[in-house]
Amino acid sequence: MFDFLVQRAAISVVTLFVISMIVFTGVRMIPGDPARVLAGTEADAAGIEAVREKYGLGDPIPIQYLRWVALALRGDLGHSIRTRESVIHTVGTKLPITIELAFLSLLIAVGIAIPAGVLAAVRRNTVWDMLASSASLGGVSIPNFWLGIMLILFFSVQLGWLPASGFVPIWESPLDNLRRMIMPAFVLGTALAAVLMRQTRNSMIEVMSADYIRTAYSKGLAGRVVVFRHAIRNSLIPVVTILGLQMGALMSGAVVTEQIFVVPGFGRLIVESVFTRDYPLVQGVVLITASSYVLINLLVDVSYSLLNPRIRIGGRARES
Amino acid sequence: MSRSTTAPTALLAQAPPAEPSRLARAWRQARRRPASVAGAAIVLLFVVTAIGAPWIAGDPMQTDWKLVRKAPSLAHPFGTDDLGRDTFARVVWGTRISMQAGVFSILLAIAVGVPLGLVAGFYRGALDQTIMRLTDAWLAFPFLILAIGLVTIMGPSLTNATVAIGLGATPTYIRLTRGLVLSTAAEDYVQGARALGAGDLRLMSRHVLPNIVSSLLVQATISIPIAIIAEAVLSFLGLGVQPPAPSWGTMLNTAQQFLETAPWMAWWPGLAIFSLALSFNLAGDGLRDLLDPRDY
Repeated sequence: MFDFLVQRAAISVVTLFVISMIVFTGVRMIPGDPARVLAGTEADAAGIEAVREKYGLGDPIPIQYLRWVALALRGDLGHSIRTRESVIHTVGTKLPITIELAFLSLLIAVGIAIPAGVLAAVRRNTVWDMLASSASLGGVSIPNFWLGIMLILFFSVQLGWLPASGFVPIWESPLDNLRRMIMPAFVLGTALAAVLMRQTRNSMIEVMSADYIRTAYSKGLAGRVVVFRHAIRNSLIPVVTILGLQMGALMSGAVVTEQIFVVPGFGRLIVESVFTRDYPLVQGVVLITASSYVLINLLVDVSYSLLNPRIRIGGRARES
Repeated sequence: MSRSTTAPTALLAQAPPAEPSRLARAWRQARRRPASVAGAAIVLLFVVTAIGAPWIAGDPMQTDWKLVRKAPSLAHPFGTDDLGRDTFARVVWGTRISMQAGVFSILLAIAVGVPLGLVAGFYRGALDQTIMRLTDAWLAFPFLILAIGLVTIMGPSLTNATVAIGLGATPTYIRLTRGLVLSTAAEDYVQGARALGAGDLRLMSRHVLPNIVSSLLVQATISIPIAIIAEAVLSFLGLGVQPPAPSWGTMLNTAQQFLETAPWMAWWPGLAIFSLALSFNLAGDGLRDLLDPRDY
């Protein structure tokens, strides 16, 4: 168990290091002179030179990279060019909004996908299975952003039930917050549900054909008990892994969804920083996104080994 | 005498069924999966639409100030847009852009990813480690964020969006190929060929690659609809095809401003993306069942 964790963590550190290099090089490759952008539109040649001097933009690239990494490790990702606020602070205000959105969509996804996947597997090759599978196929094929537009068209424009856009902080009015978050969360959630349902169905089918399930049946246990107590728990292990890998897709989805529903979250921040050529912000935001993906998947791997005692070498009893 | 002359003809008469029986088997397979066949047919229909756009629809750029945001009618079955352009013509011409972006980006991902995965899986060791750590890092960037970043560096255009989507999809192919190579290279027939003195290049191209092609093909049918949607998203965000070119994504971007007065502008391009992606997925499902008989 310990060896496994150390090895897994070491790989993550290497990955994070490569990520930081990709981000740094990538941002340096964006056309335009960062010193000119930093100095503002009114700066003359001397002003630009002063900025170049101040931020060390004339130094060799490896030196700049080391300085950036050293600062980033201490939690300093620089300041936004546009707002002059620190990148960490900006991210700190935007990220909770996206986390709320992601959490809500995760609830919706799991709430749809797991029951539907289990039902499709248990009632395999029936109408239910076909319905669930077609819904999943449709969910994978429907473009996220178009579904969002259609929801706005129906629920906001036609029926006038929900506001089309905007954001209210949850601590100001939880109900208004939910009214504005429900559509984007649904859009994100269905996309995730489509993938999860397929995975749940497949792994449930595999588990249901295992020997111990047959044993459980032959002991005379009711079908309900076998499915709920014996099968679901084991079939959800691969689903957790998929959930971790889907975090990237969820982030991509948040970029588009927040754009459509004008949610001022992390996804919108990415697009804005790219469009306004706010280099420090782009650099910081992309670094944080990629790093959190690596960390989430590290956590998933660890939780996987906790869920499945066979992976733990010399593991103790399961219940704690 | 007569016996010796009839025997060869009898043999000849028996030989031909080999070809029809293969066709018949394909037909039997196809009949069992009507949805997949329908999917394949619709994909084909989109291909024909993309090629035949000039003959199917009128000029997608033709503006008409007397026809601004008119609802669907006989003359304009999909209605007109904010500049009085025929939405039907724009959807038809948009097929070209979507198909181009979807297919070429995945071809690029295969062209880059398969050789890398092949080398990593075949030689193992330090080379494998280097390629895989880079792939891990590359995969950590969400697909769309990677594509947005690349387009920012290269500038927005259809070609750059296609390249960005292709590079975003590459790690999937590196990983898939490497995994397949690892299991194939251990097979007896590959070891046997090596024992007979076959070189690395011959082993890879003649023994390993042909055995993993079907899995790659199945992956391609999964990736192409994702790439088509990705192109639409990039264009929607203003990072792909630039107006006035008729791309489904840019059309939806414009449509968003006129949801209350001209909702049809948003219906058709989205429906086109949806049906193209769905039919690719349906056809891909059938292909997977055909090539990979594992029961799912």
